[in-house]
Amino acid sequence: MSVVSAEALRERPVEAVPEDAHDDGLAPRAKFLPSLGAVYRAQLSRARVARIPLLFVATFQSIGIMILMRGVVDQGGREAQAVVAGSAVLVVAFVALNLLAQYFGQLRAAGGLDHYATLPVPPASVVLGAAGAYASFTVPGTVVTAVVGCAMFDLPLTHLWVLAAVIPLAGAALSGLGAALGLLAPRPELATLLGQLGMSAALLLGVLPADRMPEFVQYARDLLPSTYGVEAFARTFGDHPDWATVLLDLGVCAGVGVASLAVATWAYRRAAVR
Amino acid sequence: MCAVRGLSKTYPAARGRRGAPGTPAVRATDDVRLDIRRGEIFGLLGPNGAGKSTLVRQLTGLMRPDSGSVEILGHDIVRYPERAARILAYLGQESTALDELTVSLAAETTGRLRGLSLKDARAERDDVLEELGLTALAARPLKKLSGGQRRLACFAAALVGRRPLLVLDEPTTGMDPVARRAVWAAVDRRRAERGATVLLVTHNVIEAETVLDRVAVLDQGRVIACDSPAGLKERVAGEVRVELVWREKAPMELSEVARLRERAVESGRRWSLRLAPDEARSAVAAVTGGPAFDFLDDFTLATPSLEDVYLALGGSRSGVKGLVKA
Repeated sequence: MSVVSAEALRERPVEAVPEDAHDDGLAPRAKFLPSLGAVYRAQLSRARVARIPLLFVATFQSIGIMILMRGVVDQGGREAQAVVAGSAVLVVAFVALNLLAQYFGQLRAAGGLDHYATLPVPPASVVLGAAGAYASFTVPGTVVTAVVGCAMFDLPLTHLWVLAAVIPLAGAALSGLGAALGLLAPRPELATLLGQLGMSAALLLGVLPADRMPEFVQYARDLLPSTYGVEAFARTFGDHPDWATVLLDLGVCAGVGVASLAVATWAYRRAAVR
Repeated sequence: MCAVRGLSKTYPAARGRRGAPGTPAVRATDDVRLDIRRGEIFGLLGPNGAGKSTLVRQLTGLMRPDSGSVEILGHDIVRYPERAARILAYLGQESTALDELTVSLAAETTGRLRGLSLKDARAERDDVLEELGLTALAARPLKKLSGGQRRLACFAAALVGRRPLLVLDEPTTGMDPVARRAVWAAVDRRRAERGATVLLVTHNVIEAETVLDRVAVLDQGRVIACDSPAGLKERVAGEVRVELVWREKAPMELSEVARLRERAVESGRRWSLRLAPDEARSAVAAVTGGPAFDFLDDFTLATPSLEDVYLALGGSRSGVKGLVKA
């Protein structure tokens, strides 16, 4: 069958060999950074199209929690700092952990990974691009929550700039965890469940002041990566923040981020070729 | 271009859960041997569950076979599945990965991930969208498009970043005739200009007859025939297809009708028979000349189609309905 007009064929002469063909017939691989950028951009645009309502939900949820806690917790105290920091990081947990776990769970179940697996793109670009996009998507919600929280609990806005480190590092840790859960869960419902549980844990263990909890809960709290983001942020509300400890907390986030993103990349490879 | 030898894959048996029965092991591809030549449009035809998609997933490096070899342009795809992505473009049946992107971003991102620079990806994106008549829809998310338009947008994404081999799994599903024409024109152009090879999965027999150079017919994981559509039809050239449609039900009490039933494939009121020309003539004479005519709603005589070939080759009869998509 031929539906190409004779003119069309004359205009573009027949080439015996494609111009970009290599000797071995292999097209070049996509490079790490450009493809990371392309995935990031596509995912951010996806999130903008489909996830804006969810960002509102995440923000209102955190603000609602702070309103509730205001009746229990004194203004300006250590507990107030923990509540505001916990609520702000909760937005990151909602989007980066919960939504990303759901996304990868569904993508894997529906065969959407085939699209990426048949492109010559490094697995790390796909995972990091998606994780990065989801983490960036939390920025407005986290900042709004932090500012509203500071106003409600009479906390200083002086060191709010630390969010510029807290969001990417806690975001890396939580989105890496979310991506790994989504890609490892055998069924999409399970990925959703794990993402929800992770977010609930971040809520209960991150927002509620740790001092009043039983000892085993405090251990569980130490195991959750979001805790270190919360602690780092909460410490900066004081008059003389202990920057070394803040750095240490952020270092834990970064470490967990690297490890969980590595696991997620491995899980992606495993899920892509069955 | 592409050589497949002894390719086999068995899905393991699944255990039943909570009272639901388990499924036995399924041999999805069974000792498949294929040779696809450069520049041809090669089809995989077969009913649902014949193993077409499993075979394609093994050719594209998405699934490891249990045994056998796949060589594309001299590269061992079983051993180096990641090389497949650098040789071929794959259009799968799912669009989940692109659904929430705009048509333009889906095409551009796919091009970028095929290793194009931003400038090249955008230039190719614009060309392909123009070629397929998608420019007006470029800013719309795929999710908001109709099924056929979405399929066309995914096809556009598959074309950005030239590849010598296109693997298309039912590319025209849900498309209107205009979109179908655009797809086949684009495929033809790539073949004429760049010598591109196309592997097409279809269970649409009509499409297979018109666009394919050669076709492999799959049944239960095995290649039961491989030839040009004309060559395959020659195998049943001595036969004619008779279709009978009864008004309510066939008058089985009439002996001439009862005799025909033994050779008919029934689907409701419709009977389909493959007969030698003189048998067909006498069968038509019998049902149109005698009392059976009062029970007859319609009848047709036709030369054999690929569907008849499939039947003649011994494809499982129950699968025939799945072979032809309405």
